[in-house]
Amino acid sequence: MTLDLIIPIIITLVGASTPILLAGLGELVAEKSGVLNLGVEGMMLIGAVITVAVVLLTGNHWLAIICAAGASAAAALIFGFLTLSLSANQVATGLALTIFGTGFSALFGQPYTGKAVPLFRSPFPPELAADPVWRVVFGYSPLVYFSLIMVVAVWWFLQRTRAGLILRAVGENDLSAHSIGYSVIGVRYLAVAFGGAMAGIAGSCFPLILTPQWVERLTTGRGWIALALVVFAAWRPFRLLAGAYLFGLVMTLEVYAKAAGGGFRVLPSELWAALPYLATILVLVLISMRRGGSSSAPACLGKPFLPTG
Amino acid sequence: MQFQLEKRPAPSRTMRIVTPFAAVALTMVLGAIVFTLLGYDGLAAVREIFFTPLTNSYKWQDLAVKATPLVIIAVGLSVSYRANVWNIGAEGQYIVGAIAGTGVGLLTHTMTGPWIFPLMLLAGIAGGAAYAAIPAFLRTQFKVNEILTTLMLTYVSVQLLNYLVFGPWKSPTSMGQPQTVLFSADQSQPYIIPGTIVQVGTPIAIVVALLVWFVMSRSVFGFQVRAVGASPAAARYGGFSANRTVWLALLVSGGLAGLAGILEATGPFGRLVPQFPTNYGFTAIIVAFLGRLHPLGVLIAGTALAITFVGGEVAQTTIQLPFAAVGIFQAMMLFLLLAGDIFVRYRFKRSVPEATRAAA
Repeated sequence: MTLDLIIPIIITLVGASTPILLAGLGELVAEKSGVLNLGVEGMMLIGAVITVAVVLLTGNHWLAIICAAGASAAAALIFGFLTLSLSANQVATGLALTIFGTGFSALFGQPYTGKAVPLFRSPFPPELAADPVWRVVFGYSPLVYFSLIMVVAVWWFLQRTRAGLILRAVGENDLSAHSIGYSVIGVRYLAVAFGGAMAGIAGSCFPLILTPQWVERLTTGRGWIALALVVFAAWRPFRLLAGAYLFGLVMTLEVYAKAAGGGFRVLPSELWAALPYLATILVLVLISMRRGGSSSAPACLGKPFLPTG
Repeated sequence: MQFQLEKRPAPSRTMRIVTPFAAVALTMVLGAIVFTLLGYDGLAAVREIFFTPLTNSYKWQDLAVKATPLVIIAVGLSVSYRANVWNIGAEGQYIVGAIAGTGVGLLTHTMTGPWIFPLMLLAGIAGGAAYAAIPAFLRTQFKVNEILTTLMLTYVSVQLLNYLVFGPWKSPTSMGQPQTVLFSADQSQPYIIPGTIVQVGTPIAIVVALLVWFVMSRSVFGFQVRAVGASPAAARYGGFSANRTVWLALLVSGGLAGLAGILEATGPFGRLVPQFPTNYGFTAIIVAFLGRLHPLGVLIAGTALAITFVGGEVAQTTIQLPFAAVGIFQAMMLFLLLAGDIFVRYRFKRSVPEATRAAA
């Protein structure tokens, strides 16, 4: 393979990986605090549609991303209120959030459907990225660099800070954390809001990096892949990074299989489109086989906090 | 004066029945407010979506048609959710059921006989159940979470459908359109009320709901599902296998989703097309919860959700409300229902603050 082929593949791969990495990081933090939010797909759609609207109205990419993060965090707080304050079933409430996000984005996005959105390009001077090899370093959207910084930031927060320790304690043993005097519900609210904001930014990636326009269901199930990715990563940020890029590779194969002919044509294009989802299932099987059933999931994941029993 | 939450000794039966109705009523109130704020005529939106389908008798047959797949799928899902098995990929099982039934349809297309249609239904059930068997196998054998696998398989099934209707199953007479051949008379759902669009699927849905109600309340299987769902440890002690329950829950919910799929293909659609997946499998999740995971509740809830679909189409033409609004109303219903669950487990008690008590 020549460099001319490899470099575009790397660029596509990084772009495809970024949204699932961002959403996965947010969900990882929420799950570390003991909350399973299945609304990632819905929050990503909300983030995506808000991004499109704000970019088309103001032309400001940064403002659009902040609004997307805010809107999705607000949606996550609806989920938080139901599951944390009213101790509703987390699985059902997460599904409701995804259904809501799908409906909201479809309704809100109607006036913007099909309109071209300017891509959010590399922040570096174009001369730096002119050389094909340096493009691999300097040629990405700011969202890509942000996602990589967040991997380190989330790892540092969880492993090296006191606040991170408290968050993990709340997820591993909520009753103990409560009896020492930490606010279990308060910590979980913050974690859920962070997860929402990150899912919103992940949604921004779709119109700003991948497909520069709004269409209904733009995120095509990537939010669910992000959820699977957290399991794959065993709730560790750097493994999440590796997993996201692995999935990015599979999704890139799909893109190239559709565009290129030759050897790819042997298999129908629909099989390539199904590949990321099949790969997810395969990976989940491999993980649980290797772990022999013992899970590294946070002990309180998905369970409501009921201090009085 | 303050109110305080107090845990009930046992979940309230009355509240379990009252809260779904309250959730629907509150959805109308909140929906009217939200859609007014969004710049639509909120009151008209609620009127068209929730009431017009009921007051116009010629819309009733549309209700029956829309409620049929929702009820069949949601009855299966309620069995699964009772067992704490989270099959959220009914949409995929619905698609594969339709594909399997259509496969039989294509093989028998030149034949005639009353046996063809029932055979297609059986193939649909088998297809849906087989597709749900994959997550059942992965869960029982490798402890892979069924939430993710059932959902991933839904995306895969859409690609399978596309492959077939764009490829090997494309009708030779379709002039390039991606669609299978139209089902013959012996392969289509019979109409049961002359002059209407109501087909045999509607009574099938009612029978399915009654049958599952009977099985769940009267049989050992029903008891096992409820026991394992309520307390896996206690059920194991009682000799019920958790793995067997996972299998049964997924096979029943998958099989019923497959039945709904082939009924939809042989009824309203008449053939397979890329537009076949219409999210009934996802909406049925709301139906199952709104119906309190009870087959009879699901009958009512399925009708309620069908009203919003038919009403959404009405509102689209009469007040130009985008159809996506229906999704928001449906999600609101589920949100409010889940929020209302607090009244099932807790009650509000008027509490006198400490200071006042001390002064008295």
